[in-house]
Amino acid sequence: MTKGAPRVTIVDLGLGNLTSVARAVTRADGEPLISSDPEVVLRSDRVIVPGQGAFHAIASAVSTPLGDAIKESIGSGAPFLGICLGMQALFRRSEESEGDGLGLFAGDVKRFDTPRGEGGEPLKVPHMGWNQVRGSSLTEDGAWYYFVHSYVCVPEDPRDVAGTADYGGAFCAAVARDNVYACQFHPEKSHRAGEALIRRFLFRDPPFT
Amino acid sequence: MLAKRIIPCLDVKDGRVVKGIQFVGLRDAGDPVEQARRYSDGGADEITFLDITASSDGRRSIFDVVERTAREVAVPLTVGGGVRTVADVRDMLSAGADKVAINSAAIANPELIAEASAAYGAQAIVVAVDAKKVGAHYEVFTHGGRRATGLHVIPWTQKMASLGAGELLLTSMDRDGTRDGFELALTRAVSDAVEVPVIASGGVGSPAHILAGFREGRASAALAASIFHDGDHSIADVKDFLSRHGVRVRPAERSSGQGVPPDE
Repeated sequence: MTKGAPRVTIVDLGLGNLTSVARAVTRADGEPLISSDPEVVLRSDRVIVPGQGAFHAIASAVSTPLGDAIKESIGSGAPFLGICLGMQALFRRSEESEGDGLGLFAGDVKRFDTPRGEGGEPLKVPHMGWNQVRGSSLTEDGAWYYFVHSYVCVPEDPRDVAGTADYGGAFCAAVARDNVYACQFHPEKSHRAGEALIRRFLFRDPPFT
Repeated sequence: MLAKRIIPCLDVKDGRVVKGIQFVGLRDAGDPVEQARRYSDGGADEITFLDITASSDGRRSIFDVVERTAREVAVPLTVGGGVRTVADVRDMLSAGADKVAINSAAIANPELIAEASAAYGAQAIVVAVDAKKVGAHYEVFTHGGRRATGLHVIPWTQKMASLGAGELLLTSMDRDGTRDGFELALTRAVSDAVEVPVIASGGVGSPAHILAGFREGRASAALAASIFHDGDHSIADVKDFLSRHGVRVRPAERSSGQGVPPDE
């Protein structure tokens, strides 16, 4: 093991393919472990929760001892990174489906409400492709990231917002509080910008300031 | 604001690129991984592999290609060709594809789209539609444009979107390989008819054709092969051209905005 390489666990909630995140961690010189074992999560230096699919699936996945372990790990101060549905799971509820998220951030997850472009034309949902992230502590201002989602987190406390992107108006692209970071976009699919973000999450302390 | 996407497409047969880039200095020009990496470093927003392997023996080769590409390339990867069942979709996604393009199997069994989408999410399911003009309307064809299905393109694409396609890859068989530009009326009609993004394909011969696909065709993304492979235009050239004409694109690597913090 590389000297000082943190033990990073990618939490397997049974929601989609985690190998793309694992590969991205490897490309950023980390040593990922994919696990669904609460004990492993608790022993990790850093925790990543990716996820794609429907909110109810992640809501039921975090209402288990594994969800408790994630919360305990966060409570102990280990840096946490949620990606896409892994970000939405930090909120309370979603318009998409039933179930309770972890509720670590006050606010709900809502569907893009008939977004319109600059010329008033209807925009496609899902919001799919590359968009620029602004005002984020997670990345350089204006960096491009790959998104694919139909629902967005709406934090009640504006201080939780750690970056926005524009799709018929600004929406919350990232949140951060203490040691908890999460992004709606996919750093694992975002070429060099994504690799830089993951590298910082893995090797800096604190990862983002 | 969301950028329009530029997607190079590589035809892969028995694990080797059959129509690919003529880049100087490629260690192995027939290696799909090498080409995909070159494209993603050059500013491609996604990569698409179309597996045209005919023999069933050779079909396993694409999984190895996808696995190696996914290890090295950090932009979304779509793989199409020969996907017939939900198990095929699963295998392709496990190998490392981000999206799977389904074409004739969707016609034989539309429920496949609903099942695959429910199992793996709409974001992973691209329905590929090959269209040809028949009289005053467009019809869906299979087998490289040789076999008519009798299906009209607009209701078909709407049905695919409602069953769970996350995206549509729309190819004009009248234009494919001609370099005469997209069939813009087709692209626009489908883009306007469905809520999901439409990838325009078939006929690109110049950057101006791609511009027209976005402006007049209202496509979300443009897929092209020979214009990039032949070395006539780099992805960066095309993006510069689009940008100068007011289309929002993610700049190719040589520009800034790659997210590397100043102190690294």
